[in-house]
Amino acid sequence: MRFRSILIAAAASSVLATPALAHRMWLLPSTSTLASTNEYVTVDAAVSNDLFYPDHVAMDPAQVSVWAPDGTEGKVENAAKGRHRGTFDVAVNKAGTWKIGMERNSVMGTFKVGAEEWRVGGRGRPQGAPGGPGAPAGPGAAAGAPAGGPAAGPARPPMRMVPTVADIPANATDIKLTEVTARTFIYVTAGEPTKVALTGKGLEFDPVTHPDELVSDEDGNFRFLIDGKPAAGVKVTVVPGGKKYRAAEDAQELTTGADGTVKVKWPVAGWYWLSASAQDTKPADKKASARRMSFTTTLEVVAP
Amino acid sequence: MTRSKILPALPLLAAGTATALAATPATAASVTVTVPQIKVAEYHRPYVAGWVEPAAGGDARTIFVWFDGKKRGAEPGTKWLADLRTWWRKGGRSLKLPADGISGATRAPGSYTVAIPANLPKGDYVLKVEAARETGGRELVSVPFTVGGKGGSVSGKTELGTVTVR
Repeated sequence: MRFRSILIAAAASSVLATPALAHRMWLLPSTSTLASTNEYVTVDAAVSNDLFYPDHVAMDPAQVSVWAPDGTEGKVENAAKGRHRGTFDVAVNKAGTWKIGMERNSVMGTFKVGAEEWRVGGRGRPQGAPGGPGAPAGPGAAAGAPAGGPAAGPARPPMRMVPTVADIPANATDIKLTEVTARTFIYVTAGEPTKVALTGKGLEFDPVTHPDELVSDEDGNFRFLIDGKPAAGVKVTVVPGGKKYRAAEDAQELTTGADGTVKVKWPVAGWYWLSASAQDTKPADKKASARRMSFTTTLEVVAP
Repeated sequence: MTRSKILPALPLLAAGTATALAATPATAASVTVTVPQIKVAEYHRPYVAGWVEPAAGGDARTIFVWFDGKKRGAEPGTKWLADLRTWWRKGGRSLKLPADGISGATRAPGSYTVAIPANLPKGDYVLKVEAARETGGRELVSVPFTVGGKGGSVSGKTELGTVTVR
């Protein structure tokens, strides 16, 4: 999962021998463009390596929110979570551009208790507790977590982890926390496209070319903002769907310019997955020292 | 729908004739569109839209759109207007339907002539005709022409026959 790779980078620890993971979170609407306001879109939601081939885990539609063009809340209907793919419907009953998706925030990082390194947040089971005020004399503290650990052999120390920032003990040192914000949104338009409101917080997608009017013979021009200001140096990955049916991934790795924009060429018509990521040292959560932000969307590019 | 502006002409066979006529016109005043006969088991009349764009770029102006304006219910005929995807993006989505003198019912195979608005300023234009057919294909034909000058004619390959401006 995406969070996991972020976590690995953030923790920069050797406790996980897992190679870099490319699992991608995606939402795929049945169409990006509707001719009227009495129609539905059905959205698939999944996490997988290849796009848009659901072969890994489903995304839970319960996490999804819907914003109508006027900013009011829309509804997720007929939600279901299958083995490989979640699915839900949205009644697109107002003209303009709808935003559908989710934002997930977490704080992750590491700290030390004595010589032991502990992780905060992320996936995996918390193991033991690092002790601290009020905590029973658990297996944590300087004595360390259960020495046996998972059957990974003696070369692999046990994973020491607490679930949240609140669980960091008072005697912790070297606290390095990173605020992680992952946004996954798609845009569906009934009738004429409208501009989707921005929040001015974190990494945001501020498209110059509307995401619902992309054509394969015209470049897409997208601006990215951080805290409402054009963000240079944002890494943008663009991957066409359907890798199963060709020999290579054909991903484009792009970077935003000084004005925060990036130009994207579309080698073929079809659905594209676009993901942008950036990091800085301006977290909203003051306990953290850094923040990592990602924005992911799915774009429909029609043939001219 | 109003048929007054659209005169059914010779079906299909007119294509060759229309090409020959292309060299002769002096002023651009109308467009003749041929909806070809397509031999398939399941045939539905295509949705077709025609519009003009200034050759140098600029706003598109819809001349005609033929669609099923009568179908109601959960899937009204307007649902598939977006399948005319270029027209939809160039101006279809902002057109209020039915549009007087512009929208009309789908047409059976044959040739149909539609007037080009007389109030188009002189200059170079491109006439575009796009057709999309249920269970079929979609095609876009472009015909450059000059208001107050020459016309033109271009033949579609699949979903459209000859499109002639004269």
